[in-house]
Amino acid sequence: MGGGVGAASAFGLVLAACGGDDEDGAAGTTTGGGGATTAEEQSRDIEIVNYALTLEYLEAAFYAKVIDSGLFKGSQLNLIKIIGDHEAQHVEALAGTVQKLGGTPAKKPKTKFPLKNAASVLALAATVENLGAAAYLGQASRIMDKEILAAAISIHSVEARHASALNVLTGKSPTPDGAFAKPASMDEVLPQVQPFIVS
Amino acid sequence: MSDVKTTAPELAAAEIEEISRSAFILKGALATGAVYGTWAVSPFVRQALAQELIPGGGEGDVGILNFALTLEYLEATFYERAMKLSLSGDVMQLAELFGKHESEHVAALKKTINDLGGKPVPAPKVAFPMKNEAQFLKLAQTLEDTGVGAYNGAAPLIQSKEVLAAAGSIVQIEARHAAAIRLQTGANPAPAAFDEALKPDAVLDAVKPFVKG
Repeated sequence: MGGGVGAASAFGLVLAACGGDDEDGAAGTTTGGGGATTAEEQSRDIEIVNYALTLEYLEAAFYAKVIDSGLFKGSQLNLIKIIGDHEAQHVEALAGTVQKLGGTPAKKPKTKFPLKNAASVLALAATVENLGAAAYLGQASRIMDKEILAAAISIHSVEARHASALNVLTGKSPTPDGAFAKPASMDEVLPQVQPFIVS
Repeated sequence: MSDVKTTAPELAAAEIEEISRSAFILKGALATGAVYGTWAVSPFVRQALAQELIPGGGEGDVGILNFALTLEYLEATFYERAMKLSLSGDVMQLAELFGKHESEHVAALKKTINDLGGKPVPAPKVAFPMKNEAQFLKLAQTLEDTGVGAYNGAAPLIQSKEVLAAAGSIVQIEARHAAAIRLQTGANPAPAAFDEALKPDAVLDAVKPFVKG
């Protein structure tokens, strides 16, 4: 893929950056088949779904607290309620998925968020959604089970929609990465959400 | 956790019907959301890998990339034509930015298809019924939402991890476009908790009105 210029080389970077989390290397460079996955692959999928679940718990708790804070009204409150409802649905779907795959769903963390004023809360919401979208993108090529991939990717684009809307509301570009969104690995994401987790 | 036993007979039945165990599990888990699962992935994967999505576009990952390329050509041309309309400042800015992104997607997809030893399909001839900003926004919303559904639907069909990661980085941009366009019309930027996965056939039907040969 080397030697490109401009847009094509940006794309090449995306290609080169993927698969960095693939610590066991068992999967080579192809994704899983139509259905069957090994026990090892399934346990990694469960780990990924639990990671997503933890992030969704954080988001859902954040929006619940924002709604309770009374900082918002009107159309902004309406959007926050819509986004919060999505995150709650993601939590439910992901927890159910882990459970039915035979795993133990990650625990709901105790959280704290700085809720000073409407502007800082919207900025934090935008940060969290952009991070969430990058987190899903970082896992997409690690998921072996096609059905779980399909679900994760359908959540990924919704996080992207949230991020875009919140970016616009806070005066930022809807597409801060340009034409190609950047992924983030677990190692990049988890330290950024740590400040919001009490236990 | 306690319902593992009670669901087991249903799982066994599902396997007989050639639905993968996890497919059944996930649809069960997402049933409350009632938005995912417009089509079963696994049977379709087998079907799609054995046929061309776009005539002359090749099979497998190259075929999927050519399918995506066709959509990106459409979007890039759409935004290019929109430059001739009289659009308000904010909308013009978005149209310009998004058109640039779509052109970059076109270039990247062509390069990837070439690198994989395939042949990029030519750009289709297109026509868009738009004379004003309202018509532009309505069409932009349709095209971007369709683009999201198209990539989401194609993702599980992709074999190469690298191509999947790249497609993911593009679909996220399409979703961001869709939300920003929707805000301009006062529509809900994220109309559902789970974006729909569109079958390639459904995507081609959706864009057919704009393709003129």
